[in-house]
Amino acid sequence: MSSVAQKRGFGAALWDWMTTVDHKKIGILYLIGGGFFFVVGGIEAMIIRLQLLKPNNDLVSAGLFNDLITMHGTTMIFLAAMPILFGFMNYIMPLQIGARDVAFPFINSLGFWMFFLGGVFLNVSWFFGQVPDAGWTSYASLSLASPGHGIDFYAIGLQIAGGGTLMGGINFLVTIINMRAPGMTYMRMPLFTWTTFVASAMILFAFPPLTVGLFFLTFDRMFDANFFDHQMGGNTIIWEHIFWIFGHPEVYILILPAFGIFSEIFSIFSRKRLFGYPAMVFATVLIGFLGFMVWAHHMFTVGLGPTANAIFAVATMAIAVPTGVKIFNWLLTIWGGSISVTTPMLYALGFIPSFVMGGVTGVMQGAAPLDYQLHDSYFIVAHFHYVIVGGVVLAILAGVHLYWPKMFGTMLSETLGKITFVFFFVGFHCTFLIQHWLGFWGMPRRVWTYMDGQGWNTANMISSFGALLMAIGVIVLVINIIMTTVKNVRVGNDPWGDGRTLEWAIPSPPPFYNFTQTPLVRGLDTVWIEKQEGNATGLTFAEPVTDIHMPHGSIIPFFMSVGLFIAGFGAMFHQETSWGLPLLIFGLAWTFVAMAMRSLKDDLGYHVTKEEIQRDVNNASKGGQN
Amino acid sequence: MDLNKKFTPETWPEHPERATLEGKNKFVGFWLFLGGETILFATLFATYMALKNKGPSGFGFSTQELYQLPLVFVMTLLLLTSSLTSVYAMHHMKNYNFKKMQLWLAITAILGLCFLGLEVYEFNHYVHEGFTFGNSAFSSSFFTLVGTHGFHVAVGLVWITLLIFRNAKRGLNLYNASKYYTFSLYWHFIDVVWVFIFTVVYLMGVIG
Repeated sequence: MSSVAQKRGFGAALWDWMTTVDHKKIGILYLIGGGFFFVVGGIEAMIIRLQLLKPNNDLVSAGLFNDLITMHGTTMIFLAAMPILFGFMNYIMPLQIGARDVAFPFINSLGFWMFFLGGVFLNVSWFFGQVPDAGWTSYASLSLASPGHGIDFYAIGLQIAGGGTLMGGINFLVTIINMRAPGMTYMRMPLFTWTTFVASAMILFAFPPLTVGLFFLTFDRMFDANFFDHQMGGNTIIWEHIFWIFGHPEVYILILPAFGIFSEIFSIFSRKRLFGYPAMVFATVLIGFLGFMVWAHHMFTVGLGPTANAIFAVATMAIAVPTGVKIFNWLLTIWGGSISVTTPMLYALGFIPSFVMGGVTGVMQGAAPLDYQLHDSYFIVAHFHYVIVGGVVLAILAGVHLYWPKMFGTMLSETLGKITFVFFFVGFHCTFLIQHWLGFWGMPRRVWTYMDGQGWNTANMISSFGALLMAIGVIVLVINIIMTTVKNVRVGNDPWGDGRTLEWAIPSPPPFYNFTQTPLVRGLDTVWIEKQEGNATGLTFAEPVTDIHMPHGSIIPFFMSVGLFIAGFGAMFHQETSWGLPLLIFGLAWTFVAMAMRSLKDDLGYHVTKEEIQRDVNNASKGGQN
Repeated sequence: MDLNKKFTPETWPEHPERATLEGKNKFVGFWLFLGGETILFATLFATYMALKNKGPSGFGFSTQELYQLPLVFVMTLLLLTSSLTSVYAMHHMKNYNFKKMQLWLAITAILGLCFLGLEVYEFNHYVHEGFTFGNSAFSSSFFTLVGTHGFHVAVGLVWITLLIFRNAKRGLNLYNASKYYTFSLYWHFIDVVWVFIFTVVYLMGVIG
């Protein structure tokens, strides 16, 4: 808000963050929540690599190892990568389309709290000593046999978090459909907005099957149902289908926003319009569509038959075409550009070869006969880490460096940023490249330890050493963030100097209403166009300064999520205790009452008056443009 | 938005549910939500079809013997009629006739309640015959599919009851017009799902 620092009590600040419906604050909350779980998942990964450092190691027990790999995968996908990308989507996308908030600010807040409490629910399992241990895919034949409440934590925690994600997806879709500024046609939208749009559409159609699958699992484990138990007529393959009908689109939900971030970076730091913009949009939509057609390539060895395998193999390989279109467009964007190799650009340049390698091994596994050889080996582990880390995590790190000044008004150190990159990038290839060969040499994935004398010792040691380098990279990033925050050198609207889209034409951080006046969009990369024409502010306005309508904050989303959190424990313990069922009903009733309160009380929001906005504008110009 | 702004049928907009940005957002958002719900029910249908008539060895239940078409016929009539009455209600909303809209919505709710009552009776009947939730894969998938639909009906009933009572004294305005409209969308959706349940579960179960 205003540049004057206000002294406030901790309680007031906490209350402000818990009740906020501002998309920028919720975006930051997503980044904090996701960042926290990223560290948790990272620690789990480090323990896994320590255990595999040498043969016959017994640092952790076999059972704990299963807990660790399960929680590492689940945490990284659902609680780290998705929320961090949601953070960027929340913060940046409305700014890119010239909107003042998302379509449903209240639901936005609800989505965050459901994700966060769902994630906490899942991780509370560590304190119960009963941790999910059937792998992140939780195949029913394993998960039904798992004793204790571990899988219950998985089923209910993901149910709560997944509900939040679905709400976020609908919210972004409506925001992009309804709230674009005048002149922002679909084919003028920045590519990050486009990828947010397609990823959100995929969330809308991919998450309901997960919801249903998790309910089946919950019912089977806690309410006597028999969906997956073959002795009672059930079918365990149903879980695999449902999980992958969700699970495969999920990886595109992760990678598309990453593509979006890299598209912005290539364009900004090559000082060129994105090459082949319409083809990029088309490729994005096509990937989104094909992403739903390939789920059974995760099940080649299940025995669906040669016809099904052939169809899914061809569909899988077809995805390489739009992805290749994207790769070439990025290369041609750099071609002949006026390149500056900043930290985000460094990540983007590193991303292309890394991701291509992950893509190529993906096509290899798409060939069903070869997949019979590679299935369940370390080759698979190498492949999906190349796409997820080499694509998504590099994009997240690039996005953190790129958007940090926009979100916090101060620039991360470029030197430390480049050191982070070197450690992380080298560490990443060191960890996972060798795992391809480990797979070829026959090392199965998800094994607790291995015997000496199989030729796997050196490779595993190299892999574990690489993990250490990655950890150092992340630690340097944390140091960078702390140092930058302490120094707090303020930056202006466009700290990179070459911003092309609307978010770079407003203050860093933006005022809570984003735009003093709704901007008029005159083309693709509208701010760049304005600057080329000599308009230093980068903005043309579509309206005079008028009152701005804003929504009220609310604590109800938090309470609704807490109700579900409580109900989750009720469901989990209702078979062995007498208080379980009452607790389940109490939690659901709590959520329902909170919902009814929201619905019965009219919340029409409030107006920021013309005078207040004018005063902010004057203060900003007096406070000195830097 | 001014809640106290008075309208006449002449000044009332042609599409009151979409007359404000909030209304427009709700309209688009709810359609998208129904898209997600479609996938949710599609998954339940697929599972039901895969597990139909499947049970432990010596399993004694089959769709042919279990289902009673006359009862389901009455339920179908009730729910389809309630969809029609909700159309009447929306017709009156667009003409700014608050009282008639409330009346037709109340009739919609009563029809929905009758439907739900019959469904409870049906489920209760099955359970008494030994066809319980945990009895077999068939029973689990049946109760989950039809029960999820029934749960949606119950949610719709609570929703419309709250809307009717909450706005009884206030009349129609641009703030609640979109709320009524999204309810009617939801109710139609429930109706469409029931048409599929009637066909796939009951009709194909007894005849097919």
